[in-house]
Amino acid sequence: MSAIVDAEHGGSSAGPPQAGPHPLGGSTNVFVGRGAVTFRVNPKYVPLVATISLFLLMATLGSVFYTGFFAPQVFLNLFIDNAFLIITAVGMTFVILAGGIDLSVGSVIALTTMVSASLVQRHGWSPFAVIPLVLLMGTSFGAFMGFLIERFRLQPFIVTLAGMFMARGLCYLISIDSIDITNPVYSVISQARIPVWSSAEETASISVGALIAIAVLLAAIFIAHCTAFGRAVYAVGGSEHSAMLMGLPVRRTVIGVYTLSGFCSALAGVVFTFYMLSGYGLHAVGLELDAIAAVVIGGTLLTGGVGYVFGTLFGVLMLGIIQTLISFDGTLSSWWTRIVVGALLFVFCLLQRVFAARRGKPS
Amino acid sequence: MAPILELTGIDKQFAGVSVLRDVQLRLYPGEIHALMGQNGAGKSTLIKVLTGVLESSGGDMHLAGEPIRPGSPLEAQKLGISTVYQEVNLCPNLSVAENVFAGRYPRCGALQGFRIDWAAVNQRARELLARIGLDIDVAQLLSNCSVAVQQMVAIARALGVESKVLILDEPTSSLDDDEVQKLFTVLRRLRSEGMAILFITHFLNQVYAVSDRITVLRNGQWVGEWPASELGPQALISAMLGREFAATAGAAPSTAADTTAPTLLQAMALGQAGHLQPTDLTVRSGEVLGLAGLLGAGRTELARLLFGLESPDCGTLDIDGKNVRLSNPADAIALGLALCPEERKTDGIVADLSVRENIALALQARQGVRRFMSIAEQTALAEKFVAALGIKCASVEMPMGLLSGGNQQKAMIARWLATDPRLLILDEPTRGIDVAAKQEIMDEILRLAQAGMAVLFISSEMSEVVRVSHRIAVLRDRRKVGELPGGSSEAAVYELIAAEHEHA
Amino acid sequence: MLDRFTNAMKHRLAWPVITLVLLLAVNAAFNADFLHIEWRGGHLYGSLIDILNRAAPLMLVSLGMTLVIATRGIDISVGAVVAIAAALAAWMIGGALVVVDGVATHVTRFPMPLALIAAVAVAALCGLWNGMLVARVGMQPIIATLILMVAGRGIAQLITNGQIITIYYGPYFFLGSGYLLGLPFSLFIVAAVFIALYLAITRSALGLFIQSVGINPEASRVAGIQARAIIVGVYAFCGACAGVAGLLISSNVKSADGNNAGQLIELDAILAVTLGGTLLTGGRFSLVGSMIGALIIQTLTYAIYSLGVPPEINLVVKAVVVFAVMLMQSAEFRDSIRALVHKPARGEVRA
Repeated sequence: MSAIVDAEHGGSSAGPPQAGPHPLGGSTNVFVGRGAVTFRVNPKYVPLVATISLFLLMATLGSVFYTGFFAPQVFLNLFIDNAFLIITAVGMTFVILAGGIDLSVGSVIALTTMVSASLVQRHGWSPFAVIPLVLLMGTSFGAFMGFLIERFRLQPFIVTLAGMFMARGLCYLISIDSIDITNPVYSVISQARIPVWSSAEETASISVGALIAIAVLLAAIFIAHCTAFGRAVYAVGGSEHSAMLMGLPVRRTVIGVYTLSGFCSALAGVVFTFYMLSGYGLHAVGLELDAIAAVVIGGTLLTGGVGYVFGTLFGVLMLGIIQTLISFDGTLSSWWTRIVVGALLFVFCLLQRVFAARRGKPS
Repeated sequence: MAPILELTGIDKQFAGVSVLRDVQLRLYPGEIHALMGQNGAGKSTLIKVLTGVLESSGGDMHLAGEPIRPGSPLEAQKLGISTVYQEVNLCPNLSVAENVFAGRYPRCGALQGFRIDWAAVNQRARELLARIGLDIDVAQLLSNCSVAVQQMVAIARALGVESKVLILDEPTSSLDDDEVQKLFTVLRRLRSEGMAILFITHFLNQVYAVSDRITVLRNGQWVGEWPASELGPQALISAMLGREFAATAGAAPSTAADTTAPTLLQAMALGQAGHLQPTDLTVRSGEVLGLAGLLGAGRTELARLLFGLESPDCGTLDIDGKNVRLSNPADAIALGLALCPEERKTDGIVADLSVRENIALALQARQGVRRFMSIAEQTALAEKFVAALGIKCASVEMPMGLLSGGNQQKAMIARWLATDPRLLILDEPTRGIDVAAKQEIMDEILRLAQAGMAVLFISSEMSEVVRVSHRIAVLRDRRKVGELPGGSSEAAVYELIAAEHEHA
Repeated sequence: MLDRFTNAMKHRLAWPVITLVLLLAVNAAFNADFLHIEWRGGHLYGSLIDILNRAAPLMLVSLGMTLVIATRGIDISVGAVVAIAAALAAWMIGGALVVVDGVATHVTRFPMPLALIAAVAVAALCGLWNGMLVARVGMQPIIATLILMVAGRGIAQLITNGQIITIYYGPYFFLGSGYLLGLPFSLFIVAAVFIALYLAITRSALGLFIQSVGINPEASRVAGIQARAIIVGVYAFCGACAGVAGLLISSNVKSADGNNAGQLIELDAILAVTLGGTLLTGGRFSLVGSMIGALIIQTLTYAIYSLGVPPEINLVVKAVVVFAVMLMQSAEFRDSIRALVHKPARGEVRA
């Protein structure tokens, strides 16, 4: 029997909703490059390639316009300064891949810093007891939200919104003012730098937080592509109803992504504590938006089922490099960052839409 | 030989309303068994009970002699009962191979962290698909594949879990004749391997082409079980309807179309890249123009172009002799056109609004925002059509989503009739409707034409098209291949399609 | 009698009204003067009046948000739009002390009416931008409005040049703090907008079309509804509402802070709409419900304040209220409670 594949599904669309070429898939190929050198890119990876290319472009522009930009330490600083965002955004990626959203991440980070600071400074606990405790706390928080969402079919937006209120409120209950952390363990970890690159002029090094972030990233990539849970996340994001009918563990998966996000937020909170050495209710305000922006710029669709964790890394790096460019420039006020990020989001989302429309649904 | 699957005394109630009452079913290994009944007979509910989506309120189920009670689709799958749904219900964003193995991935050893062995996934998927005669790139996204292929993938998944029972729920609604034949070949092959296959369909000729035995349900109750050879079409329809039903009633149009009637609509070289090649079409007032063709011929595409849902890339459209450019349906409606779309769930009904609001919607849209029809006016309008078309609903305030498929379809037609159109385009108006309702709609179409309305009638049931049209335009592979006068035989239409195929 | 009661309970506004009444009761229980209204200083004075006045901006934003949510969308940029409108008005009015004929008067940089119109117009334009992204470009609402939410505060900062602009102009304060016929002027603004909207929704096909678009946008389009125009329109209206709210807020605090004005108002507005019974999935909506929802939120804040509880607990209490309302609105939750209460489950007989 011959193959019966239709590249373009035409005719009466009396079939399943997405029987046409997928927005990011396709049997046709995209050609990148001019002239003699052309790359054939699998359409699945186009948004990722776009993000990485844009990042490289910005790095190049920065190096051209600002002296001292093209230095390994500048690049590594992106990881050091955004370690907590990388971890948070990785957790957020899973949630968005499964078709949900988590608005509580920033607040959980703040709560983590506050609880850590309070226990260590005011109650004299050892950091080695506190850190596992706050990780457990964040994970349970995420699991609780995931349970509510799944069991009672509540909207993720509203549940995690309430979670955001709750976490930040608890922060303020502990203390309104910030609590500085003077514990030596935290100070040592905060200042530790592991050399990565050594040359005659300089040594580039990386912080503990950044290392944790990279470890989390690698683990996440493994989970997403090599474990049943990760694949179930994609399946549920693609079509929750179909996943259920296929016998996939939808309930476990949905609760799982929020639990994972809670864990990542808590871990990001721990890294944030190393970074800021204080606990404060106003930490990480609006961070959830940065995380969502990073995930979107990284190529993950907000509708779920499509995207790569690796892309999220570049989404974060993109946000970081904009900040770096602006601070290198020195003349632009910091609020320009907001405008540029907004514009970038706009361009990326527009591209995603144009791409989807071009792949198009045949009627 | 003992049945592999036996259901007895199955009851199911929804909030006190009985949907299934004392239903029985026997499925033997190595047979294709058709489950038939009108809309609302309980077929879908029975399937949901079988596959664990719903829990029965009473009755027994036995699989290979053991009592079973599947509480979820996963349990049913593990027991060996797999289903291929009408909407396929796989994940379009995953690859073909992954869809086959989702949830049951082969793993690498401990050294590799028990990660998924993708090479094995792809290889085994290829093997499973080869078993049913399919040879495609298993790494591509499922959404790239046609519906027919997606169904094969679903069947391959069922094979992968070593099912004993395979249920196919309306598998042929979205397939063209070629693909239907290929599906039947696969089913026959599986049957010879000992699989028990339960097959739900509306198409009578398909039932006789491939099934061994037939079970009929009516109003939630079991009517009977017969070998296909012993139950003729007349008897089958009687069993489904519960009364003697004269097949193919309704006269052909008594007169040919009045060729002196003014031309209402003229499309010249109208086309859309990738969807429809440049096509000419003329419609006169008071005539029923049938649009015949196989699935994928481009009939819906043409309808959408005529109605302004899509923009043409080439060609012109004249209405009443004047050139028009339709940028959205509102433009078309203002000119007196109406389109009852094929996909009523996605393009037609607004499920949470009441029947009244749904029926009044298009008329209100044409009148604009400010000229609001009062509730009383809307109710009067809705009730008029409920009576005229025989729509069964408790009241016009009922949410539309609660009506049965057939009644929803009638309400859709009512919505468009309410706008008093000059040209009514009906795209598969009789799909998913029981036999009696189909007849009512066909008669209504003829009545409307006699009253001066032009009708563009699209249907996959060729018998309907030839019976009711004054003229038949024939499409194949997204272009028009010819026209035939009303009263032509089905064979003539198929001949025209086939002739083009040979030339191509 | 029991029938009437159960029927009344089924009404969509039942739960919001009960919640509000409960909150008022709690307030009254802890604060003897809570329900007390008197005439003081030329106008009505009392806790209830205070609540109404403070709730006015939120009520306005909630009205706009209701329509957006009804079309199955969401607008998280309203906070930023509030800031932009406030910043623009403050900049245009400014207010400098000038001595004219021996009398010190405040003079504005631009005439106040112009400033007001400009601020609302720009806010409406922001809404238009959102609407175009959603309807024409086809972006998901949360992402489309996220863009303005992120960039909007930057724009507001641009207008205020990073400072907090203080407004020195008496007539402007009337908007947010003035009284007319004894009642706060802001209430009149809210009432006017509400009445105009209510008439538009019920006396024209707008309500039907908005619901239809929210439930099934494609079917609405096929039926001939100008879905795109409606979507663009509701976002523009939402932006305008946010603009007016921005005027009220800046008028009340006599300043415009690009960073903090309208902070978290989008979340409160979404909460108010949900509390009022409109589902986030779109479709049927209730303007009155959203107004009650906004009042619930404001009364809650007031209750916390008057109970002498530290205001920080505000957030926690809001969270608990949201959880409670969400669960009550969830059919699955109600079924679980019913199952717990009636054991064994009725209707499902094990064969």
